[in-house]
Amino acid sequence: MAALQLETDLLAQVGAGQLADSAEFAKAHNVDHQAVVGLLKSLVMADMVVMEAIEHSRLTVTPAGQLYVGVAAPEVQVFNAVPAEGITLADLKTQLGVAGDVGFKQAMQNKWVGIDKSGGEPKVVRKVESVQDTVLPILNALAAGQEGSINEAELMALMRRKLVAKEAWKTWKVSKGPCFALQRKKAATELTTDMLQSGAWRDTTFKPYNFDALGLPPSGGHLHPLLKVRTQFRKIFTQMGFEEMPTNNYVESSFWNFDALFQPQQHPARDAHDTFFLTKPAATPASNFPADYLERVKQTHQHGGFGSIGYGYDWKVAEAEKNLLRTHTTAVSSRMLYRLAQEGFHPAKYFSIDRVFRNEAIDRTHLAEFHQIEGVVCDYGLTLSDLIGTLQQFFDRLGLKKLRFKPAFNPYTEPSMEIFSYSEQLEKWIEVGNSGMFRPEMLRPMGLPEGVNVIAWGLGLERPTMILYQVDNIRDLFGHKVSLSMVRKNAICRLGL
Amino acid sequence: MPVVGVNRDKLFEALGQKYTEEEFEELCFEYGIELDDVTSEKEMLRKELAARTTGAADLGEASEEVIYKIDIPANRYDMLCLEGIARSLNIFRQRETPPLYRLADMAGKQMVRMTVKPETALVRPFVVCAVLRGIEFDSVRYNSFIDLQDKLHQNLCRQRTLVAVGTHDLAKIRGPFTYEALPPEDIRFVPLKQTREFNARELLQHYLANDQKLKKFVPIIQNSLVYPAIYDADRTLLSLPPVINGAHSAISLDTRDVFIECTATDLTKAKIVLNTVVAMFSQYCSTPFEIEPVEVVDALGDTQVYPQLDTRQMDVAVPYINSCIGLELQADKIAQLLSKMQLSAAAAPDGSSVVVQVPITRSDVLHACDVMEDVAIAYGYNNLVKTVPSTVTAGKELPLNQMCELLRGECAMAGFTEVLTWALCSHAENFSKLRQQDDGTTAACIGNPATAEFEVCRTSLLPGALKTLAANKDIPLPVKLFEVSDVILLSSQKGCGAENRRRLVAVLCDRAASFEVIHGLLNRVMEVLQVPYAADPDPTLQRQRQLLGGGYDWRADDNSPAFFPGRHASVFFRDRRVGEFGIVHPEVLEAFELNNTVAALELDLEPFCFDQLGRPMETQIL
Repeated sequence: MAALQLETDLLAQVGAGQLADSAEFAKAHNVDHQAVVGLLKSLVMADMVVMEAIEHSRLTVTPAGQLYVGVAAPEVQVFNAVPAEGITLADLKTQLGVAGDVGFKQAMQNKWVGIDKSGGEPKVVRKVESVQDTVLPILNALAAGQEGSINEAELMALMRRKLVAKEAWKTWKVSKGPCFALQRKKAATELTTDMLQSGAWRDTTFKPYNFDALGLPPSGGHLHPLLKVRTQFRKIFTQMGFEEMPTNNYVESSFWNFDALFQPQQHPARDAHDTFFLTKPAATPASNFPADYLERVKQTHQHGGFGSIGYGYDWKVAEAEKNLLRTHTTAVSSRMLYRLAQEGFHPAKYFSIDRVFRNEAIDRTHLAEFHQIEGVVCDYGLTLSDLIGTLQQFFDRLGLKKLRFKPAFNPYTEPSMEIFSYSEQLEKWIEVGNSGMFRPEMLRPMGLPEGVNVIAWGLGLERPTMILYQVDNIRDLFGHKVSLSMVRKNAICRLGL
Repeated sequence: MPVVGVNRDKLFEALGQKYTEEEFEELCFEYGIELDDVTSEKEMLRKELAARTTGAADLGEASEEVIYKIDIPANRYDMLCLEGIARSLNIFRQRETPPLYRLADMAGKQMVRMTVKPETALVRPFVVCAVLRGIEFDSVRYNSFIDLQDKLHQNLCRQRTLVAVGTHDLAKIRGPFTYEALPPEDIRFVPLKQTREFNARELLQHYLANDQKLKKFVPIIQNSLVYPAIYDADRTLLSLPPVINGAHSAISLDTRDVFIECTATDLTKAKIVLNTVVAMFSQYCSTPFEIEPVEVVDALGDTQVYPQLDTRQMDVAVPYINSCIGLELQADKIAQLLSKMQLSAAAAPDGSSVVVQVPITRSDVLHACDVMEDVAIAYGYNNLVKTVPSTVTAGKELPLNQMCELLRGECAMAGFTEVLTWALCSHAENFSKLRQQDDGTTAACIGNPATAEFEVCRTSLLPGALKTLAANKDIPLPVKLFEVSDVILLSSQKGCGAENRRRLVAVLCDRAASFEVIHGLLNRVMEVLQVPYAADPDPTLQRQRQLLGGGYDWRADDNSPAFFPGRHASVFFRDRRVGEFGIVHPEVLEAFELNNTVAALELDLEPFCFDQLGRPMETQIL
C-alpha cells in the first residue's frame, strides 16, 4: 500500500475517533506494524496526533523449548533411555543428542537417575521406577497459544531453564493532536509566487527558519579597497575646491621630474639606486623643453638668480634629458605650474592621486610603485600659516585632527614640514605626510610672478589604507598577490564622512 | 637621510644636560632632526652577527655604551658628527653663540703650498687644502673625525665621485705638495693598511678582487689614462684620490698637525667639504676655531688660499619673512631668532630688513627663503596660528578619471571584482608568456631594475589579471576580475617617447570557457557608455550613433596569439580597433600556471571619453 494512502486511511480512522490499537490497524491494512508506528511518529512530530502506549505481554516457547514440543521433556527422554543395567553417559549422549545433555542434568536434579561406579566404568542407572512428564503438557499448550491454567511454579522453573520466555511489546492507541487534520499539510520552506497566485500561503505551514545561521553571501563584484580610499580622497579634494591634475604620464624626463624642481643633478635621489631610468625611450630630446625656460632652469642651478646663489655646479642638459619613471607626482605639478605661468597666472588649487615609482627592493612595507596623493595651492601672499591651516582642514576630514609639524628638508620646498598626526587607532604619533612651500628657484624660472607662493603637501595612499583596514603587508593590498577574500570582505571607506 | 650614530653620554656631556629619551626626542622634533634608534656597539654587533648567522656571537670588547642614531636632514653636512650636532643644538638652545671660524695669521710665516699640475684636468681637476695645528685627539674624537669623512663621502661627495677627503700627519711629510696626474704604472707606493709597495694599476686590481669597501671607488678613475696623485716635496705619495691614502702619512691618535686635502670634480662641493671638516675639528686645535690656510697654485699659475671662511652676507627684507610665514615680527626679534640657527643677524637701521651673516657651516642657505625658514623653525612651526587661504576655486575632476570612477562601479555591479596590479612586469610576462613577439616598438624598458620582476612597463593589463588569478587559486570558481588602469606604450606623439593609455581588462576563470559571459560584459560596458551596436537596426539608436560618429561592433579573427583560435574577436568603435576579447590560449594559461579556462576582455577606454552630448574630451593633456 502506498504510504500516502496508509496515512490518509490512518488519519481518517483517527478523525472518526476509532484507532484504538495500532496493531489492529496494521493487521487490517496488511502492513507491518513498525511501518504504522513510523508513520505515527512523524504525525506526532507535526502535532497532528497523540499516541498512548498499550502494553502487551505473552509467554512463548523459546527455540530451545521448541525441540521438545510434541515429543517429551528431555529429562523424560533420558529416563526412558536408561536401561535396567545402566548406560554410559557417553552412550546416552550419543543416543539422545542435545536432549541427552540437558535431560541428564535435569534427571539427576530430579533424582530420577544416578551414577553407579560399582562395575568399574561409571554408568547412568535409574533411581525410580517410573516418572511423569509434567513439562510436555505446558510446552504443548504454550506452543498452541494456550496460556490457560499453568502452574505458576512450573512456569517459573521452565523460564529459568530458558525453555519458556515472556515477550513484551507495545501497540498504540491514537487520538487527535492539537494540529489534527485529515490531510497532512507539507511545511513549506519559502513563500513562493505560486502560493501568492493560488492563495495557498493562507493554509500553508512554513518550516521554522533557522535564525542562528548566516545568510547567503550576495553574488556580485567588489571594488578594490585601495581605490575605495582613493575615491574618498578625490571627494575630499574636490569638495575643498581642488582641480585634478592630469597624471597619466608615468614616463617622464629628468627635467620635469628633478631639474624643474631645483633638484640638483648630483642629488642622491637621481641615483640609479633609487630611480628607474629607462633604456627605451632613453631620453626626451631637449628640444621638447621650452628653450627659454630650460635656459633659466640651467642658470638657476648653476649660478642662481631670483635672489639665490644657486648650486654652483656645471648643469648638463644630457642629464635633464634622461627618461625615468616619475618618482613623484610633483613632476606633474611642476608642468602644471609652468603651464599656469604661461597661461597668465590665476589662483589655483590642484590635486592628484596616482602612481609613482621607486627602484627599491619590495617587502612588507615597500613596493616599487605606489600611489602619491598631492595637493597644491597657488596664490599671491600664501603663508606657512596658510599651509598649516589648509593641512588642518584636509586632515580633519580624514579624522586626523591632532597635528604637529616637524622641520624637514626637501630640495624643492622651503620651508619644509613633515606632518605628524596622533593616531587614535594606533595610539601614537605617526608621520602622515610631507609639505612645504615651493622654492623661488623653482617657481620664478617658470615665470610665476613675484609674490605668488605655492604651498603643497603629499602623502601616500597605501599607508593610510593599511592603517584603516589593518593590512600589515602592502603586497596584500596592491599587486597580483592581493587577497581576493580581503577585497570581498572589505568595508566601505568612511574617510571624509 | 643620513643617519649619524653618536655616543649618548658624550652628546649629553657636550649639551651640558642629561635628557630622558622623550625629552631628547622632543628637542630633535623641534629642530628638525630625529632620534631614529637607540642602540649600542654591542647591540649593533649582535645584530650584524645574527644577520650572518655565524653561530655563537663573539661580542668581545664591544661597548655597551648607549648610541643614539640620529637622522640628519640631507642638506645639513655640518651635523654629520657629534661635534656638529652638539654645536647646532647648543646654539639653538642659546647655550652657545656660533663660533667665529678664522684663518691663522700667517704674517712672516711660510704658507703650505699645493701646486696643481695641468694633467689633473683630465681626471679630477680640483684640490683644496687646509691645516689644523695642535689638534688633540682622543679615541672618541679620532673616531668622530674618521666617521665624519665617511659620512661626507657617502652623502655630499656622492661616494667620492665629486669630492674625496684625505687627511695626513703633517709631521711625517714636507711641503710644498704637488697634485699630479700620472700614468698608473708610474705611481708606486705602500698604501694604507698594506705592507708592500704596489703600482696604482695593480693596486686597483687588488682592491677590485679583495676589498669590498674600496672596490666601489675603483671605477671612478680606473679607465682614465692618468690617475690623480698627491706628492710631498720628497716624492712621498700622500694619496691616490679618490681611492686610498699612502701609509706613510697616516694620522694617529698622536698626530698634532693635520694636513687636509680635498680633490674634486666639483669645486663648490670641495670647498663645502673642506669647510665642514675644519669647522668641526678646529674646535680641538691649540687655538680653537683657528685654521691654518694653504695656498693652491692652479695649472695657470693663479693662487687661491683655502679654506675660504668668510661668511656670506645677505640682506633679507622683513616683510618678505613675515609675509611668507604669516607673522608680524620686528627686525630685531627676527635677528634674535636667527641667532638660534647659527645665522648671526642684525636689524638694518630702518628696521626694514635683517642683515644676515651666513657661516661656512650653513652651506644649505642659498636664498632668502632659507633664512625665512630658519625664522619659522626658531619661532616654532607649532606656535604658528593656523589660517586658511582665501583662494577661491572650483573643484573639478579630470573627465577621463571621472568616467573611469563611474565605469568601475558598473563593472563591479556586473559581478566582477576589482584588482589593482603593477605597471611594471617582467619581459616574459609581457611577451613570451602571452605568446607574443617583442618587435621593440611597444614596451618601455627599464635599465636598472633592483628587482628582476620589473623589466618593462606593461603594454597590456592581461598579465596582471592572469597573475592575480594564479595567486588566488583557493577562491571558489567562477572568479571574475576586472581592472581599470594604464598601460604604457612607446609613442612618437610624446616628447618623452611614451604615453599612458587607460584600459579596462576583465577576466572570467571557470571550469568551462565562457565566451558569451565575457562578450556580455563587453555589451554591458558599451551599454553604460552609451555606445550603440553598429548593426542594431533600432532606429532610436541611430541618433546616438550619429552623435558619436558610429557605433561599436566585434569581428571574429585569429590574429591575437594570446587567444584560442576560433574564440577571439576584435572590438571596433567607429571602425577603429579598440580592444579584443576571447578565450585565453591554453599555452598562455600554462605559462601563467593556471589550471582552469579563462575568458578575457581588454578595451581601450580613452576613445569613450566624451561628454553627455558625445563631444570628445581630451585625455592626453600633458
